[in-house]
Amino acid sequence: MAEFSTPTTAQEFAENFAQLKPTMSRNEALYESSRCLFCFDAPCIQACPSGIDIPQFIRQINSGNVTGSARTIYEANYFGNACGKVCPTEVLCEGACVYNLQDVKPIEIGRLQSYATTQAITENKKLFGPGPANGKRVAVIGAGPAGISAACELRALGYEVVVFEAKAQPSGLTVYGVAPYKITNEEALAEMAYLQGQFGYEVRYHAPITGRADLAALEAGYDAIFLGIGLGKTSALGLPGEEKINCVGAVEFIEELRQRQEAMQVGRTIIVLGGGNTAMDAASEAARLGAETVLLAYRRGKEEMGAYDFEYELAKSVGVKGLFNVAPLEIVGDNYVVGVRFIRTVVEEGRVREVPGSEFVQACDMVIKATGQAKQTHFLHHIPGLELDGRGRIVADAAGQTTNPQYFTSGDARNGGAEVVNAAAEAKVAARGIHAFLSK
Amino acid sequence: MPDLSINFAGIKSPNPFWLASAPPTNSGYQVMKAFDAGWGGAVWKTLGVPVINVSSRYGGVSYRDKRLVGFNNIELISDRPLADNLREISEVKKRFPDHAVIASLMVQSRQEWHDIVRQSQDAGADGFELNFGCPHGMCERGMGSAVGQEPKVLQMIVEWVMEVARKPVIVKLTPNISDITEPAQAARRGGADAISLINTIQSIVGVDLDRFAPYPIVDGQGTNGGYCGPAVKPIALNMVKNCAQHPDVRLPISGIGGIESWRDAVEHILLGASSVQVCTAAMHFGFGIIRELVSGLEQYMVEKNFNTIYDFVGKALPNVRHWEDLNMKYQVKAHIHEEKCIGCQLCYTACEDGAHQAIRLQAGTRTPAIIEENCVGCNLCSLVCPVDDCITMDRHDDGTQHLTWKERTAANTIPTEFNDEKAGGRHHWVPEPAAALGKERHKTLPGKARALGIL
Ligand SMILES: Cc1cc2nc3c(=O)[nH]c(=O)nc-3n(C[C@H](O)[C@H](O)[C@H](O)COP(=O)(O)OP(=O)(O)OC[C@H]3O[C@@H](n4cnc5c(N)ncnc54)[C@H](O)[C@@H]3O)c2cc1C
Ligand SMILES: Cc1cc2nc3c(=O)[nH]c(=O)nc-3n(C[C@H](O)[C@H](O)[C@H](O)COP(=O)(O)O)c2cc1C
Ligand code: SF4
Ligand code: SF4
Ligand code: SF4
Repeated sequence: MAEFSTPTTAQEFAENFAQLKPTMSRNEALYESSRCLFCFDAPCIQACPSGIDIPQFIRQINSGNVTGSARTIYEANYFGNACGKVCPTEVLCEGACVYNLQDVKPIEIGRLQSYATTQAITENKKLFGPGPANGKRVAVIGAGPAGISAACELRALGYEVVVFEAKAQPSGLTVYGVAPYKITNEEALAEMAYLQGQFGYEVRYHAPITGRADLAALEAGYDAIFLGIGLGKTSALGLPGEEKINCVGAVEFIEELRQRQEAMQVGRTIIVLGGGNTAMDAASEAARLGAETVLLAYRRGKEEMGAYDFEYELAKSVGVKGLFNVAPLEIVGDNYVVGVRFIRTVVEEGRVREVPGSEFVQACDMVIKATGQAKQTHFLHHIPGLELDGRGRIVADAAGQTTNPQYFTSGDARNGGAEVVNAAAEAKVAARGIHAFLSK
Repeated sequence: MPDLSINFAGIKSPNPFWLASAPPTNSGYQVMKAFDAGWGGAVWKTLGVPVINVSSRYGGVSYRDKRLVGFNNIELISDRPLADNLREISEVKKRFPDHAVIASLMVQSRQEWHDIVRQSQDAGADGFELNFGCPHGMCERGMGSAVGQEPKVLQMIVEWVMEVARKPVIVKLTPNISDITEPAQAARRGGADAISLINTIQSIVGVDLDRFAPYPIVDGQGTNGGYCGPAVKPIALNMVKNCAQHPDVRLPISGIGGIESWRDAVEHILLGASSVQVCTAAMHFGFGIIRELVSGLEQYMVEKNFNTIYDFVGKALPNVRHWEDLNMKYQVKAHIHEEKCIGCQLCYTACEDGAHQAIRLQAGTRTPAIIEENCVGCNLCSLVCPVDDCITMDRHDDGTQHLTWKERTAANTIPTEFNDEKAGGRHHWVPEPAAALGKERHKTLPGKARALGIL
């Protein structure tokens, strides 16, 4: 493999993690936007979880009204810039574009979207502002896509909003989780600064809400509380040897990568356990960090992986190799990982069965577990009357209201883990729900 | 290989493609380059009285991603000394004896016309083109389109020129007139050998939204210019056709206006032109476009079995009729080929808002359906459909009946009052106006409302 040498400078990092969807030039945007057909009841809008009026914003770009275009986008989705870059557009808007049915390249909706919003952000265009103060206060826990979107919408409705964020930066997994070749830290944070400048909510960083006492203070000091806490750490596999040095969770691995960038170290041979999008991201990223061999180990066949096809293709394109129909039994090594003991599997009637006697050890010096994120059930149990479903997701009605009427929620914490666009779109609905509840 | 050469009113040229009198023919340098590239002839940038040009001079019309679909200029005739131009004309002619070099001329008095015709004749020009078309600058001085708009004056000047001209004389017409055939007839009466058309159309191509001035802007201000380029082809074709069909014109026509590809040229020829002139396309893309023009024309002629240009000059004219001669019994209706449909529903909105409410949406599919009873066969849907041959206009009459408005008038079967059974509107279905109220499906879901869960 060795297509990438380990980046040690910011420039080398930027090269290895070159943007998949770089911001368009004015010319590109003009040419691309000129192709949009302006479909009636357009399928691209229908496919967008946040319902952005796509043909409208594309036509606005083409007519030179880029600011109006940004407004159209932000009216539907406060993470308009980030979504243009990080959304799986291949299966959402662009996947629905009618050009696909003509075997013509679909409109590059995502890049056009980022083009318009990038311009509004860099020129700091005044598009929105807080509504007239209504005297009520809402606390938002978590400054991720859900929390920030809720904060924007609540400010537009006249609420005073304070966001409590455990970490040092806003935007949640957009800067701590999404692959850096999709969006850079600068881009993610610029949009956050822009939104905060427009709406004027307060964010308190390094301010985790940890237990009953914190929650009680919020319940007393605020009229409603929005839970935008997302998911938790990588779930444990329950394998022997899991605690060894160099056996890390994908979420933690990626978070470190996003924060330390070119100072990040990886092993030479890496095994990534899992078959979802996070596994693909972690594998791609490990390769771009200069790992010599990256093996993606999955219990079932290639076709059954949960990841989008284009994500697997992307990983393959940087040299990641697949190891299918294997189940890990043990992480081998003393203090450090030296390999993974696997057993071969077959899938019979949809169920994975281990093949007796087929065990083998695959050598490696790093294991990344991309086996899903745990829910923050321990924390959520401190909220009186809050119901969780069997999979640890917060139960809420269509307006985002939980079984404790003072609490509303959306995003990963509620849907169990989806995309940025879902968190952003659902948060608007929940903010409206809070407004309806407090206006009663 | 077909023979592309022409003999246009006595002017010989290896192919019908001439550069029109304009910046590309401003100098001997350019004309020789063009002939080397393959152009058959050149109408020299108009020679005449001393002038001064302004800057800037050109304005463009962009459509979506396309630049210069329309082009205008406020330039005047050649601002180079007459003697230099004449010297270069003779040099070009010496080196390219088989190519057509035509001197475009514009002066005022009879004496001036006589002098300049003689001088260009002596320089070796193969013919003359009288510029009665320039719509700015020169007309204020009583030349250009000021002449083109006055058939009597035009005829008189042609007569002056014919007194001394020993080479063919082409009269170039202005489209800035209601009936192009009037100056064309005047040109014939004056004894001209041919006509060429169109010159540019008076226009303002756009206005600067920040500087509040029309393009092109000269120190904060502007003026109307002359419009040309692909956008004017439809107007040019119609005027070429009008002249070609008029019984009192009957002169060879050099077609000009919006020619950029061989197809445009063939269209001009099919409507009666026997040479064609190109300006904007050469300014936009350079002389090299001649390769595509020549090879495309050749290929077309091979496929159609045409041996010479004259095999198809005016071949479409018999099919260009007056409205009253069209068969009213012919009936087409739209048909959607579902397997090709990509579900953009542009046909639906077009027919719903812009035509006859003859297309409906269907549950469970994005492919709309034609309501045949309502379809008047207007064609709009097939024009907006982005997929080739997805909407075809299929014939619905049995082809046995043929009846024109003229025939009906003769037979006295035209409707004379609106509630006559024969009146067209009586057979058209239209919904009651109130049916438009609250037509929800008609609204594209606004993103915000949807995102808020309001819809
Ligand atoms: C590795 C990875 C890659 C991904 N790639 C993509 C992608 O390419 N495209 C895409 O659209 N989506 C992607 N996603 C999914 C996407 O990031 C999430 O769906 C989205 O960020 C969810 O937003 P959220 O606001 O619900 O949660 P989060 O983004 O997780 O934000 C929650 C925030 O709350 C804070 N928080 C949590 N608990 C507390 C507390 N008790 N007190 C204070 N603060 C707290 C957290 O620090 C965090 O900032 C990816 C996810 C992962 C894990
Ligand atoms: C199908 C069609 C029918 C038209 N019918 C009329 C008409 O009945 N009366 C009229 O004054 N103009 C009519 N027009 C001309 C338009 O009003 C308008 O002047 C012309 O199309 C130029 O504008 P545009 O470039 O925006 O199309 C018609 C135009 C079209 C395209
Ligand atoms: S589906 Fe494609 S062509 Fe149609 S409106 Fe959407 S982006 Fe434009
Ligand atoms: S315009 Fe053509 S492709 Fe689009 S919906 Fe209509 S028939 Fe289908
Ligand atoms: S031909 Fe005209 S009337 Fe008929 S369906 Fe198409 S747009 Fe409607």
